[in-house]
Amino acid sequence: MSFIANATRYEDSPEIISTGPSSLSSTDRLARNLGWFSIGLGLAEMFAARSISRAIGMEGSENLIRAFGAREVASGMLTLSVERKAGLYSRVAGDALDLAVLSTAVKDDNPKRGNAAIALAMVAGVTLLDVAAALGTRQQRLRDEDDIRDYSDRSGFPKGVNAARTQAERDNREPEPEVKALPRPQTGGAEHRL
Amino acid sequence: MKALVWHGKEDIRCDTVSDPEIEDARDAIIKVTSCAICGSDLHLFHNYIPAMKPGDIIGHEMMGEVVDVGPSAKGALKKGDRIVVPFTIFCGECDQCKRGNFSVCERSNRNKEMADKVFGHTTAGLFGYTHLTGGYPGGQAEYLRVPLADKTHIKVPDSLTDEQVLFLGDIFPTGWQAAVHCEIEPTDTVAIWGCGPVGQMAIRSAVLLGAMQVVAIDRIPERLSMAEAGGAITINFDTESVVERLNDLTSGKGPDKCIDAVGLESHVSMGQPDTLLDRAKQMTMLESDRPHVLREMIYVCRPGGIISIAGVYGGLVDKIPMGPAMNKSLTFRMGQTHVNRWTDDLVRRIDEGQIDPSFVITHTAKLEDGPEMYKVFRNKQDGCIKVVLKP
Ligand SMILES: NC(=O)c1ccc[n+]([C@@H]2O[C@H](COP(=O)([O-])OP(=O)(O)OC[C@H]3O[C@@H](n4cnc5c(N)ncnc54)[C@H](O)[C@@H]3O)[C@@H](O)[C@H]2O)c1
Ligand SMILES: [Zn+2]
Ligand SMILES: [Zn+2]
Repeated sequence: MSFIANATRYEDSPEIISTGPSSLSSTDRLARNLGWFSIGLGLAEMFAARSISRAIGMEGSENLIRAFGAREVASGMLTLSVERKAGLYSRVAGDALDLAVLSTAVKDDNPKRGNAAIALAMVAGVTLLDVAAALGTRQQRLRDEDDIRDYSDRSGFPKGVNAARTQAERDNREPEPEVKALPRPQTGGAEHRL
Repeated sequence: MKALVWHGKEDIRCDTVSDPEIEDARDAIIKVTSCAICGSDLHLFHNYIPAMKPGDIIGHEMMGEVVDVGPSAKGALKKGDRIVVPFTIFCGECDQCKRGNFSVCERSNRNKEMADKVFGHTTAGLFGYTHLTGGYPGGQAEYLRVPLADKTHIKVPDSLTDEQVLFLGDIFPTGWQAAVHCEIEPTDTVAIWGCGPVGQMAIRSAVLLGAMQVVAIDRIPERLSMAEAGGAITINFDTESVVERLNDLTSGKGPDKCIDAVGLESHVSMGQPDTLLDRAKQMTMLESDRPHVLREMIYVCRPGGIISIAGVYGGLVDKIPMGPAMNKSLTFRMGQTHVNRWTDDLVRRIDEGQIDPSFVITHTAKLEDGPEMYKVFRNKQDGCIKVVLKP
């Protein structure tokens, strides 16, 4: 992909010769794909609710499907954001709802129960991916709360906090640093390429 | 050379890129000996600051040895000089530079036209930051081109280590400027939101500038322990009410001075319901920043007090209680740091042993481990507060 980066450079900017390992892990990439999948599926549910309901023999449930679509889009956006963990958890919760509703469609009196069963199997598969991504992300971001560092020895004041507290009194008669450090005016001022 | 390159949201890689060269008579090239990851880099990591391009080298806290000098910078620098590079690039000649307002230098932003349109008027060029501030390659790299190098540098005494002086380029003067902006008086309570590296420096600065009481607010226990070590009373906003504690500590009057060392990525949680709303608005592009800390500061600050903002904001914020701010006669001061305005004073203070900024470093790693260290710093794992990288 480095050629894309190179194409948008200033002509004087460094060129990427080879690219190294990324901070994005495979779990991050899986989560990102799930986020986009969620948005795509959500949009389909919102705008093609009628054909979806017909395909799985759930006529009359169009508004429910649209609402589920809106939920998918929202979890997708959250999954793509920095709050990835919350997004994935919301996807897992949504999967549970989908599974519950779809399982009601897999019954003998539904002529489309075959399609409904396929949809159910697909959701079950995606659920596994969602759970894997959610657990992976949780693991990646975990802070070990049993191993809290104690930095109470890092005052930053070599002479101690008490000496630091009285420093201002000692400084009082010195000129204001703001005025003291002002730069001297310069002469000249040719245009320079920056 | 090796460099940390931004490829997109949360995608930073240690790439091999072409070496920088002298391009202007005032340039210098340094071999970077130490560089650091900053909270501002996290805003880029999360893609909250607009106008980054894939392929940009990041990093704006760096120092090193001069290895090449353009003809016009020769009077000020020579090969072998050891310098810290301020994150704000400045010319030293324009009206703003003459006033010491280096972070709003009128000449150092090579993307002035774009910045003029977005900000109304341009600000200074910055290293390793958005193209709105010139898109200059950053210093998390083996080598760095320093434009306007005859001015844009800080010479440091050989007696001080890299770790002691590295932060002169950003977080130490940033904490210091935030505290100076507070015009601290001996009776003042200064409240500081955020105990990241900038907050830690602000705490030490407020103490050195003679505040009667410094109160530090965060939720990360190890950061609070470091704040306490520096002389602050601490509030954990996860478990305590910030407003109640601040009022208790000031006989109900509120802190005289408030410093924001958090910026646009205020922690999102149920405890601060406004942050949930901000987060939703960010996601739907109705708002770019989460200004919870600004709201809290305005509410709790003592009337007639000062609100000093060091935390970075990127764009538009909502529901700022302007009515209370106006009626309480609050003064607002803010800005990217005018780094070199404070240099002489701060170098002297380090040299005299008043302060040693290296206390904040918790992790030192190789440049190649940079992408991993971004995550450790972001996730606040392994007690991480400040990461120094050694190219
Ligand atoms: N003005 C400048 O020139 C300048 C220079 C450097 C950094 N900065 C900015 O300063 C800010 C802090 O930088 P840093 O390196 O310390 O970053 P950091 O991310 O390490 O620290 C931020 C801290 O704020 C805490 N926090 C989050 N929400 C909070 C809340 N509601 N109340 C109190 N604390 C809260 C976090 O727990 C974290 O410890 C960033 O916005 C950065 O961009 C500004
Ligand atoms: Zn910084
Ligand atoms: Zn200037």
